[in-house]
Amino acid sequence: MATPISPNVERENYLNKHYGVGSWLLTTDHKRIALLYLLSITFFFFIGGFFALLIRLELLTPASDLVQVDTYNKLFTQHGQVMVFFFLIPSIPAVLGNFLIPLMVGAKDLAFPKINLLSWYLYIIGGVMMVHCMLTGGVDSGWTFYVPLSTSFLNTKVVEAGLAIFVAGFSSILTGLNFIVTIHRMRAPGMTWMRLPLFVWAHYATSIIQILGTPVVAITLVLVVAERSLHLGIFDPKLGGDPLLFQHLFWFYSHPAVYIMILPSMGVVTEIIACFSRKRIFGYSFVAMSSIAIAVFGFLVWAHHMFVAGISVYAALIFSLLSYAVAVPSAVKVFNWTATLYKGSIHYDAPMLYAFGFLGLFTVGGLTGLFLSALGVDMHVHDTYFVIAHFHYIMVGGALMGYLGGMHFWWPKISGKLYPEGWARLAALIVFIGFNLTFFPQFILGYLGMPRRYADYSHMPEFQILNVFSTAGATVLGVGYLLPMIYFLWSMRYGKPAPDNPWNAAGLEWQTQSPPTTFNFDEEPVVTWEAYNYDEIDKGHKEVPQVVG
Amino acid sequence: MAGNVDALFIFLLIVTGMMTLLVFCAIVYFAARYRYRKGVPAEQIEGSIPLELTWTIIPFGVFMVIFAWGAVVYFQGRTPPRDSTEVYVVAKQWMWKLEHAEGQREINELHVPVGRDVKLIMTSQDVIHSFFVPAFRIKQDVVPGRYTVAWFRATKPGTYHLFCTQYCGTQHSGMIGSVVVMEPAQYQAWMSGGSGGPLSATGEKIFAELGCATCHRSDTQGRGPNLQGLFGRPVQLEDGRMVNADENYLRESILDPGSKIVRGFKPVMPTFQGLVSEEQLGALVAYVKSLSQSGPAGPKSAAAAPESAPGKGNQVQ
Repeated sequence: MATPISPNVERENYLNKHYGVGSWLLTTDHKRIALLYLLSITFFFFIGGFFALLIRLELLTPASDLVQVDTYNKLFTQHGQVMVFFFLIPSIPAVLGNFLIPLMVGAKDLAFPKINLLSWYLYIIGGVMMVHCMLTGGVDSGWTFYVPLSTSFLNTKVVEAGLAIFVAGFSSILTGLNFIVTIHRMRAPGMTWMRLPLFVWAHYATSIIQILGTPVVAITLVLVVAERSLHLGIFDPKLGGDPLLFQHLFWFYSHPAVYIMILPSMGVVTEIIACFSRKRIFGYSFVAMSSIAIAVFGFLVWAHHMFVAGISVYAALIFSLLSYAVAVPSAVKVFNWTATLYKGSIHYDAPMLYAFGFLGLFTVGGLTGLFLSALGVDMHVHDTYFVIAHFHYIMVGGALMGYLGGMHFWWPKISGKLYPEGWARLAALIVFIGFNLTFFPQFILGYLGMPRRYADYSHMPEFQILNVFSTAGATVLGVGYLLPMIYFLWSMRYGKPAPDNPWNAAGLEWQTQSPPTTFNFDEEPVVTWEAYNYDEIDKGHKEVPQVVG
Repeated sequence: MAGNVDALFIFLLIVTGMMTLLVFCAIVYFAARYRYRKGVPAEQIEGSIPLELTWTIIPFGVFMVIFAWGAVVYFQGRTPPRDSTEVYVVAKQWMWKLEHAEGQREINELHVPVGRDVKLIMTSQDVIHSFFVPAFRIKQDVVPGRYTVAWFRATKPGTYHLFCTQYCGTQHSGMIGSVVVMEPAQYQAWMSGGSGGPLSATGEKIFAELGCATCHRSDTQGRGPNLQGLFGRPVQLEDGRMVNADENYLRESILDPGSKIVRGFKPVMPTFQGLVSEEQLGALVAYVKSLSQSGPAGPKSAAAAPESAPGKGNQVQ
């Protein structure tokens, strides 16, 4: 990894303390495990992205001409499975959360370093199973595994895919467990709950969902496997089962899973906005509590995926009402971020551009959620491209923008190198433009009635023009994603050495060296200040504390 | 229907458009007005409880308006008018089979007259499908093992897309068809183009062939309940529950007779699971329903509760 090129980096740190493959594969250092995750999720991101590219190319023309219909069905299925279970869910928690939570709370490591390594191995075992599933024929059940299609009708690798996700799920559960215990037990003296960075609060909320939700989807997938291989009648009505039961169980996890993806991203954006406005976060406690509220309400809205599935009118009414309830804390966050900008001293570095991008795209994604929770409108736009556009605005526009913003913000800390700022700003702009060009036309397509998961729309040539826009946008977006990977790699060798606190940011992670030493702090930090004490930092009244290594 | 959905959609566009504009303008203004200037430090603000309450309560109020409006539109969309024309829909990989109450059968095409309420009673032979006509703004999943219901009233002659919107396997994107809306006169002409007689008559034939009439006699002496005037009425069960005799109840009583025993009767009926196809089942249901329309149906049948049975029948209507 990082070759020392300047005296500054030659200080002993977690990267150069040990060398060799073994020192990485057997490490229990949360920072090294974060990097292991970074490599692995980047691998899966590009697989999922490649599938997305093929999907968009197929949809460039109405006829099914680039790939066979079955292949197309596998592409969207595995695009979803890879992106959701092997990229988005681990992305921020397993990389940035893993790296930063111990630093932010002032601890030497997570509470259970070996379990942390175990969860990476579980992720890798699940990932290898998923790749094996793809290489031996793939699966075309849709990432949602709807029954009885998946259990009784398909001849593809449903069992393999289900078990791969089952195994990877345990990785997520263990990471959540580790975070919760760490946040409860490992905070440095003086680091009270209300002094925690909001990034930590967001991860606390995320971990609750991971622990409570993931086992449900794991069990559900086991039931799918059981029905498929042993013909136990659970979901298929021909065997005496109930297909809607599956949907209830599946969405009981998979809706909260959206919050596993977006909450950490909200945490990242909160840190970035505070730093680049040089301000305290407006309404700290409201932002913290809204994360918890989202985690709690997020468990009560699953059946809004089922308004036209055949549930009763009254069930639909309740789930619609609760869906609006979960929209409120998200709105509260957006208003608080906006208010934080007020009377700030705003810098436009690349992380902040990503945060602005997040704000814009998340707002659109969130507000279009109001359309889908409105029962009458959902009857029309459900399972059309409107839904595709909506959740990509949240999960790609929101979660992924936050992830990229966070990678830029903490890259100097992680790698000890500065990334090229000009390129990074350009990439942020390209991603923003490419994203909107890809997904905005899909809202219109959905309203016009184009169903999702259609390989062939040759009977509806009127949909082509918007699909052409979308494919063009996806190409731009692809460039926007490749750029950061290139310049991050470039900066590891050629980047300028990073100072310990390049942004003059608050937070304990900036008060140790870049990159940190294996045990993060030379002596245990004692916290005497509130989070986001930018006034003190900028006035220079308070020298950035004493824990420098 | 389409008008109602669109009105709410436009309202949503306006409301969310205003919210977006508000947030974006604030962000752009703050970002420009408070950009970094040397020597001008940020002003620290802790927060403000009144502001937090304002932007919690106002959005919540707006959301409740959207919720209520959406609920009303949904309720209309889920509640077919009582005198709708009925069409039985059987979906399978990868086609739509439609059978009019009058007996006409169609595949992937549905002919309907302008201005008539059409109620679709739908089930699937295999996996879950979804019946979607974008022009009518209606969509309903079609689920194996039960009936689901949708309805529409077409207002303009023409040919409209019919899509399957629930992914159902290889040829999902080929499971498309059209709804042909005709002027009443044309429709009459189309209808007279031959059929095997009304669906209920087909059902009556099957009813006789399967020997149902041996027990379900039209007097009170049968071993099974009298089916005259049954449809749409509440039924008292042996275990004390009351269920409404809707399509799903009839379906379940044919396929799984032991699950809901009418009070005063013994669980002696054999199952017909696997003995009748979905089409025959639809015909039987249509026949039993017809016994409530013509015969000396009790006054109750007209006023019977429109809502679904409490227990398992997750069915609307």
